[in-house]
Amino acid sequence: MSKTNLTRRGVLKTGAVAGAGLALPTYLSAGSHTGFTNAPGDSSVTLGFNVPQTGPYADEGADELRAYELAVEHLNGGGDGGMLSTFSSKALDGTGILGRKVEYVTGDTQTKSDAARASAKSMIEKDGAIMITGGSSSGVAVAVQALCQEAGVIFMAGLTHSNDTTGKDKKANGFRHFFNSYMSGAALAPILAKNYGTDRKAYHLTADYNWGYTTEEAVRSSTEAMGWETVGQVLTPLTQTDFSSYITPVLQSDADVLVLNHYGGNMVNSLTNAVQFGLRDRQVNGKNFEIVVPLYSRLMAKGAGANVKGIFGSTNWHWSLQDEGSKAFVKSFGTKYGFPPSQAAHTCYVQALLYADAVQRAGSFAPCAVVEALEGFEFDGMGNGPTLYRAEDHQCFKDVLVVKGKENPTSEFDLLEIVEVTPVDQVTYAPDHPQFAGGALGTCNNGA
Amino acid sequence: MDWFILQLLNGLDKGSAYALIALGLTLIFGTLGVVNFAHGALFMIGAFCAVTLSRILTLSHQVVDETKTDFLGNPLKVDVPYVYDIFGESMGASIIDWAVPLSILFAIPVMIGIGVIMERGLIKHFYKRPHADQILVTFGLAIVLQEIIKYYFGANPIPTPAPEAFTGSFDFGALLGFDPGSIIYPYWRIIYFIFAAIIIGGVFAFLQFTTFGMVVRAGMADRETVGLLGINIDRRFTIMFGLAAAVAGLAGVMYTPINSPNYHMGMDFLVLSFVVVVVGGMGSLPGAVLAGFLLGILESFASMREVIEILPGINQVIIYLVAIIILLTRPRGLMGRKGVMED
Repeated sequence: MSKTNLTRRGVLKTGAVAGAGLALPTYLSAGSHTGFTNAPGDSSVTLGFNVPQTGPYADEGADELRAYELAVEHLNGGGDGGMLSTFSSKALDGTGILGRKVEYVTGDTQTKSDAARASAKSMIEKDGAIMITGGSSSGVAVAVQALCQEAGVIFMAGLTHSNDTTGKDKKANGFRHFFNSYMSGAALAPILAKNYGTDRKAYHLTADYNWGYTTEEAVRSSTEAMGWETVGQVLTPLTQTDFSSYITPVLQSDADVLVLNHYGGNMVNSLTNAVQFGLRDRQVNGKNFEIVVPLYSRLMAKGAGANVKGIFGSTNWHWSLQDEGSKAFVKSFGTKYGFPPSQAAHTCYVQALLYADAVQRAGSFAPCAVVEALEGFEFDGMGNGPTLYRAEDHQCFKDVLVVKGKENPTSEFDLLEIVEVTPVDQVTYAPDHPQFAGGALGTCNNGA
Repeated sequence: MDWFILQLLNGLDKGSAYALIALGLTLIFGTLGVVNFAHGALFMIGAFCAVTLSRILTLSHQVVDETKTDFLGNPLKVDVPYVYDIFGESMGASIIDWAVPLSILFAIPVMIGIGVIMERGLIKHFYKRPHADQILVTFGLAIVLQEIIKYYFGANPIPTPAPEAFTGSFDFGALLGFDPGSIIYPYWRIIYFIFAAIIIGGVFAFLQFTTFGMVVRAGMADRETVGLLGINIDRRFTIMFGLAAAVAGLAGVMYTPINSPNYHMGMDFLVLSFVVVVVGGMGSLPGAVLAGFLLGILESFASMREVIEILPGINQVIIYLVAIIILLTRPRGLMGRKGVMED
């Protein structure tokens, strides 16, 4: 007579182990035979474009998606090749990535961290995306970057300007081409000193979230270093639409400069309100009152209309640049879509190409091989002059543009003029700079 | 003292918008008993009436200017509005410049139409349903409306400036004997406040001094008895819904030069407007107006740097804090009537 060793405890244990195994996220098990998450087959590779398709930054997201579609077209040998012809690395030849046709899936970040993580997770687990890229917010970038680190895929950030993305929240699997708050402050301060003098009193209105804090800190430290005094600082709710009650106290202070650390709709509304209250017509301390917007985008400038005229800010890239890379990209994008690309479109297009190039040079899709290929990579011909992807923090170092609202625009796209191309040396900082303190890259994760 | 006047002015203009939206909400609630979460969307649609008229007035044909080039190096195509061809360049430019005030005429029939269609097509089916159902369906409708607007107009704010004659600010400081420039206030915000006062006065006069208004007031007090007298109160209530939609729409039209309209602007005002209605007293028109201005002024003072330094974050919660205190001390709101929303 046979006797089984089946016990209640044993069944429960076995069941728990089996259940945990079944419940294991697919990205931890899929493709494990290849040694990394979502290893592509022989014919195609899938990229995940995670951009805001709904919500307040949907227009910026639409421009990012256009740029990604253009990049995919160029990577697969379509169109005029765009920046592939001006890119200093010649590893890409229009036959896809490592001979595989590039395909893509899209997700909607909604500019909400939880939604962005959910869409990125879905693209990784269900669609087999090997790289996630895009986004229009630092909160989203930090959240998705952390997810990609866990999942073992590469994250190529889209538009994210907070110091923290490559500061305290940096990750080994994440890379940022876009500039940051520190660079804005460092580029803007000398121009502000030159145009407005070193004896100024600044009042900051700052959006009450992570990006606002780092931008205010960067602009304050840069302007105070050259002699400006900060006489007021107020955090404004992110949901604020009418800024009049925050602007009238500025009238009562002895400030002669208002710095608007706002982005998107916040910036459009606060700048519009400030101009309505006649701040730009005021004389304080014997000087003309001035307004500064640290981070500009063309889409925001369009929303603010004539109010941006003459106001200084900084930007990552502008379509009017005359280097060969920018001209090639503007021609490709403009011919396909009928209007010039935004800075968000530019950074996303470049990030897609940089990823593809890194895989091609590494000869592998394995994230750790890609990380190695991108770390310390120096390149040119992508619209920002000679650029370095610094190994210590995965931040791109390149020239920064200081721009000004154009007095006489010739079209709805011709809203900003470049005042100065600030050389990269002036915006470079040490990896352990206090504004980027805390956090560590850690080690790359291949997943699987 | 000058800072006080300045913040007071601020509160009055912010309160104007709250009061106008809350007035419409209360009209609908008082007459139809419907909690309309789509009311903010009506405010937003009103703003987009101004954007639409502005776009109609700037409809253009293209003329090639061989002397200039576009961003691709091709000869520049310059847009020439048709109104220039019809009225001449100077007159045409003036018409475009006055697009926002002209939009009032455009928005009134459009908003009344939208209000009537909304009430007949959807809201009337929910009269006898619980308030929770009404909130769900009207909130859903608001999301649908804002997505439609976003589809056609995009997600970015669209600048819709005031006429050139009304840009700039008025110097109250010089007028009141303070330092010149110490109390300046934008002309358009002053106009917005006056406009709101006229609309609010008009609605009250309409309800108080016309037979139609008298019947509506009677219906608000006792709908059943008015119906038994042979009066078609439903038709009048439908018209009141259209009127409330028009009030919200006009508030939106006139708001466009203050903040560039975007598809989400209705939601930004909706929650605060509901707080205004509750604080004022459900169903009380004077209460809605009073609470609108009161909360607008409070919010303005709470946003001052000196206040925030003592009580960090107070600017973000002041309205809700005051609402809690008022509802604890006066459960029916400032001017609420017995029996309303108490069943």
